Amino acid sequence: MKRDYLLFLLFTLVVLVAPLAFEGGYLLNVLVFMGINTMLAVALNLLLGFAGQISLGHAAFFGLGAYISGVLTANHGVNPWVALPIAALSVGVIAFLLGFPILKLKGHYLAMATLGFGIIVFIVFNETVEITGGPSGLTGIPTMKIGAMEFQGEMKSYYLIWGFTLLTMLLSINLDHSRIGRALRAIHDSEVASRVMGVNARFLKVQVFTLSAVISAVAGSLYAHTMTFVSPSSFGFNFSVELVTMVIIGGLGSIFGSFLGAALLTFLPELLRVVQDYDIVVYGLLLIVMTMYMPKGLAGGVASLARLLRPAKKRTVDHAQG
Amino acid sequence: MLRVEGITQLFGGLTALEEVTFTVGKGSITGVIGPNGAGKTTLFNIVTGLYTPSSGRVFLDGKEITCFPPERLAPLGLVRTFQNIEMFHQMTVLENVLVGLHTRSRSGMISCALKLPWHLAEERRLHAEAMKWLEFCGIADLAELEARALPFGNCRLVEIARAMAVNPKLLLMDEPAAGLNSRETADLELLIRKIRDTGVTVVLVEHDMELVMEICDAIVVLNLGKKLAQGSPREIQENPDVIRAYLGEG
Repeated sequence: MKRDYLLFLLFTLVVLVAPLAFEGGYLLNVLVFMGINTMLAVALNLLLGFAGQISLGHAAFFGLGAYISGVLTANHGVNPWVALPIAALSVGVIAFLLGFPILKLKGHYLAMATLGFGIIVFIVFNETVEITGGPSGLTGIPTMKIGAMEFQGEMKSYYLIWGFTLLTMLLSINLDHSRIGRALRAIHDSEVASRVMGVNARFLKVQVFTLSAVISAVAGSLYAHTMTFVSPSSFGFNFSVELVTMVIIGGLGSIFGSFLGAALLTFLPELLRVVQDYDIVVYGLLLIVMTMYMPKGLAGGVASLARLLRPAKKRTVDHAQG
Repeated sequence: MLRVEGITQLFGGLTALEEVTFTVGKGSITGVIGPNGAGKTTLFNIVTGLYTPSSGRVFLDGKEITCFPPERLAPLGLVRTFQNIEMFHQMTVLENVLVGLHTRSRSGMISCALKLPWHLAEERRLHAEAMKWLEFCGIADLAELEARALPFGNCRLVEIARAMAVNPKLLLMDEPAAGLNSRETADLELLIRKIRDTGVTVVLVEHDMELVMEICDAIVVLNLGKKLAQGSPREIQENPDVIRAYLGEG
């Protein structure tokens, strides 16, 4: 438990100084995306890694957050700082109402239901042309401002996005080490036993589904105000699958794992530019290899590597003394 | 304490239980026995809210609890253990027991995420309480171990500690001695008595006749879904119907 907070502190420091290494520009832009992806992966991990409930429609919550915030600010002149909580709250209500019927489902059926939801939302983004601008997207979304300072340019966007991402990570770590986190993991391991212990599994699943959707919506809103442009193609089924991939590759139930997964999947497309359309093949292979040889994801892999190294170090110390 | 009234359970065309009625006295240890397929586990699943009976009613302390889901029964003081131990494998032993304290803590999602002060105070209280139950079951030294790493016998004890943490009035144990060696069974016998001495009423399904005859105050015998007999261990041992059910027609 202490280790998680220590790691978080260290991580925060790295995040704070990282941009100093880059003189702005392209790579910093990638890091901004990495921040958004990390936030989304952590949010999905609460549902998928902790509670063990799949969602193949999380891009929809991300998209709803982005569009609600975007439409309110671009078309109706609402302040972005007001639009963000409105987007979060409305998505929260939608997720809560949706969660009650669909979280009764398990496994494949839940996957199908969330998939369906994601597709419906995607179609709505495309078809309601008067509101969303349809397939060509929504332009003219204002950036966030604090007083006279505008969050424009890579550097400022970086700190804005990562501020929210770090907050999400800290709150999730807190949740992990609490009665709610334990109850969620109990549901994951044995739903029937958790219920016998008095855990209201049904309601808790709806709650965490809602929380996960709200965080995704916040990420969406931040995305919209950073990019100042959104189009439906960013919120399709592919992105939902990519999010699930991040969580699984990073390590189910590990907050830092979600960062690793998000980091890998943000950088990978940049590296895979050379192979162009075959990047999807690499994703697939990665997922297969990871689930076979590293079932606890990158986080689990790092942990076992640390375990391997520690006794070795101790041995050398003993030798030196002896 | 517990009254089961005319419970019938049909699975399609199969009658798993037929008009089963019995009562369990407060502070007793009651055994439910019967040959394989007699309906013992089905009966447990109905009482603990996992199955909905086709007909019949269940009362706890005079209050009807038929069809209550398990998460509603736990706060009322009705808890069970499982035949195939349902551990929370990914957690430590201590965390397993902490889940047992779920109904006795209040912090919601928001105060947990924000680490509000009362939540921290509650966490400290829960840890102390969980350790108390681990000590009660004699496994305090295992607290920090991963549950998945434990041998079977210890899992059983963790499951019991976890159930006791819920603060039950009535504890139902489904074959607690299954898979234990003779020494572990002897320890279990002491532990079950100790649980009863804290004022908890115990009902157990068990195949280990020696254990049942030793510790039970009352025994209910089921055969082919029907109640065959009920009485003290001595009465049951001498009951001709029971002997016939177990040994076949002579």
